Parts: sequence; C-alpha cells; structure tokens
Amino acid sequence: MSQFSRRKLIYTGLAAAAGVSGLGVAASLAQKYGLVPPDHGGLYGLGETLTYASQRLLTRHSFAREFSRSQISERPLANEIAPLSETFKRLQAGGFADWRLTVDGMVVRPGSFSLDQLKSYPSRSQITELSCEEGWTYIAEWIGVPLSHVLNLVGTHPQARYVVYFSLEPYWWESIDMADAMHPQTFLTYGMNGNVLPVGNGGPLRLRLPRQLGYKSVKFITHLTVTDSMKKFGKGLGSASPEGGYAWYAGI
Amino acid sequence: MEIVVSHPRFYWGETGNVLTTPLFKIPIPSSRSLVPTGYGYVMPDQNGWSRALHFQSAWIVVFTGLLYVIWGLVTGHFRRGLVPAKNDLSRRGIWTVIANHLRFKRPSGEQAWSYNVLQRLTYLFVIFILFPLVIWTGLAMSPAFVSAFPATVTLLGGRQTARTLHFFITLALTFFLLVHVVLVSLAGFRSRVRAMITGHTDTDTEGA
Repeated sequence: MSQFSRRKLIYTGLAAAAGVSGLGVAASLAQKYGLVPPDHGGLYGLGETLTYASQRLLTRHSFAREFSRSQISERPLANEIAPLSETFKRLQAGGFADWRLTVDGMVVRPGSFSLDQLKSYPSRSQITELSCEEGWTYIAEWIGVPLSHVLNLVGTHPQARYVVYFSLEPYWWESIDMADAMHPQTFLTYGMNGNVLPVGNGGPLRLRLPRQLGYKSVKFITHLTVTDSMKKFGKGLGSASPEGGYAWYAGI
Repeated sequence: MEIVVSHPRFYWGETGNVLTTPLFKIPIPSSRSLVPTGYGYVMPDQNGWSRALHFQSAWIVVFTGLLYVIWGLVTGHFRRGLVPAKNDLSRRGIWTVIANHLRFKRPSGEQAWSYNVLQRLTYLFVIFILFPLVIWTGLAMSPAFVSAFPATVTLLGGRQTARTLHFFITLALTFFLLVHVVLVSLAGFRSRVRAMITGHTDTDTEGA
C-alpha cells in the first residue's frame, strides 16, 4: 500500500474537512430558507429533507397539471374512511348548516366561517388529479375557495410559517408550509364535478392540495391554525402522518 | 415491492384505480382492504417506512450514480473499458462470445480481466438506459416534480404508464443484479470483489 503517501493523506484530510464544513453551511442555509421539514430527524430524515428542500426550490411557483373536462374520471373513487363519528352524523342530518370552520393562531382577526359564508367568496374550480401514495389516481373537477383568500381575510402574521388543518374526525390533521398554503391551487373544497362534494370524497369541506399526495388532502375540515413552529403540535413532527411513519411532505 | 403490495394492480395512461380496468394484476394479497384481491385477508401496512427507505435510497443512487458517470467520462473509463471495439460489434464478434458462453468456455489471462462485447453492451444499457429511465419514471410519479416539469410525465403518456414502466424497469435491474452476482461468483468471487473494491487485479491469486 505504498500509494498512500503523506501528500495523499493531507489532501484527503483537507477534502474531508471541506466536505464537513460545506455540509454545515448547507444545513444552516437550508434552515434559514425554510428547506428543512418538521420530520427531518430519525433514520430517514436525510431523505425527507433532500426531497422537501429540492422540491421546494423547484416547485415554489409551479402549477399542478390541469386536465380537460373530457379527462374527468367517470367515477371519482371514494377511499375508505373510518366509521364517521356521531358529531359528523348529527351535522350531516342537519344538511351541514351548522358546519363551522374556525381559524385561529397567528392571525390578526380569528374567525369562524359557515359553509354558506365560504361559498359566498369568489369560487374557483380546477380539474386536477388526485394521486394516492398507494399508486391509484383519478381526475375530478374540484370547486372551492382558495385557502389564500380565507388566510388574507383573517390576516396572517409575518412570522407565520405553517398552516395546520384539522378534520372533525379524531387524529386526522396535517400541516403545510406557507408556500403551499398560499398557492392558488390550494382550495377549501366544497364541490366536485359541478355538484356538492360527496361525503365519501371529503364533503362538506376538504382541503385540496393537488401538488401533494392524497393523504395531505384531509377530509371534513373544521379548524385551521396558523403557526411559526410545529413543535407544539402532536409529537412535533408536523402532522399525524409522520407519527404513523409517513412523510410530512408528500410531494413525491 | 412493499409499496406495490398496497395496490398490486397496474394501469396504462393517466388514471387508474379499483373502479377502472387494470392492465394486469399481481395475484397477491394487498395491504389495503380497498383492493379486491380475492384473498380473505389484508396484509399489515408497511408503506410508511418502505417509502422513506425507497426515497432515501433513490437519493443515494442519484448521488453515487452522478459521481460514477462523471468519473467514468473524465477518466475515459467508459470509452476504454465499456464502448465495444468496432470489429467486436460485428455479428461474427458477438456470435463468438455467445458461442463461447454456450460451450462454457472461460476466458483466460488478459481477456478474463477485460469486458467482452456482450458485457460491454449490457453495462452500457444498464448505466445509460435503465438507470436514467428508472429515475425518470420515478420522478414522473411525483405530483410536485411534474408540476414544475410536466413534460416528464406527458411524454411517457401519463402517470399510470410511468408507474407500470417503473415496475418493469425495476424488474430488469433486479434481474441484472442477480445475473451479475451469479457470474461474478462463477468467475471467482473473492478475487473479483477484491478487484472491484481496490481497483487492482492480482492474476497470480486468481482462483477460478
């Protein structure tokens, strides 16, 4: 092994030192520009961070593909859900007239919105694909009000970093960064294919996020909280998904 | 493979789900009760960590793959070691190699430490066709990635087509790996692996 000369050893040492300090600089830059996901720890944290950081850099302003009306799936698949709670059934019996969306946290004017109020805001529609992490997909027209409209109404604080959203059903909550929250295709969805959004597809209110996998589009939304840190929520990993082993960021 | 278990059905085109007709199904039980497999039970869900492992490994493949390709281009390894010589590419040249294989005639001396024309073509195919394709079809399934680069999926003909191609390319790469390991073992596992890691051959200790 004579080829390992002293000079080679010195060069290798210098390269390693440069590599380690380079990684340190990269990590602090990533933190500063919000490229580190809440579930960056653990065995697979590196992979999650690389995916989130690179996709956030590439996709901050990109739009999910929109399809033509003829490409809408004949039958929009309603995935299985846990049996609905008594509270949900009671609201359903009343035609969801008493359904409320409360918005609080780092906002200037916390509020509570009925479905009729949400429907009175400028309505938008998008024909986008729902992609499940399991592999299946369908295309539908989704009708709703952009989340950004509601966030602008309540006025978010400048230090806001995440919007946390909760289902009426227990243990079902997610969060997204402000780039996704303010994205024009992120809807509080109440309609599908020209009709009311069916309960099976998340009605009466679903947060629809076409640039991420289906499990980020939580059904039966009743509560939004704006925050600067995910540490205070659940186990601090960002949402219920990482607590069950799934990635917080689901753009892949 | 674990991820396929959650939906062991494959489609062609943009969309596909249990309400549409699949291209084909894999006759295994699923980890989702949504999928009608004909089996009376549902497997435990292992998708969370499987996906995390998959994507972290994908990052490692991309980084080491890039380093390898840059190194191969810079040092001329691909040009000297992998691009077949012109006269080897003739039908006769290829046929000689196949015939030697079928006769179980082992190359000896210098020849044994250089790749023959079939090996060269296989390696080039794996490095420059299969690996880029598996990465491409994988990225084409990412809703966020295709929002920035929609052509990556429209060129393939849709997200379900990308998924089906991804599956078959994975099978091809697995097949390559298995055959590769078997042939390395036949050629003398210890000396070959030592050569792969150190880059030095020691023909005196060649076992096989």
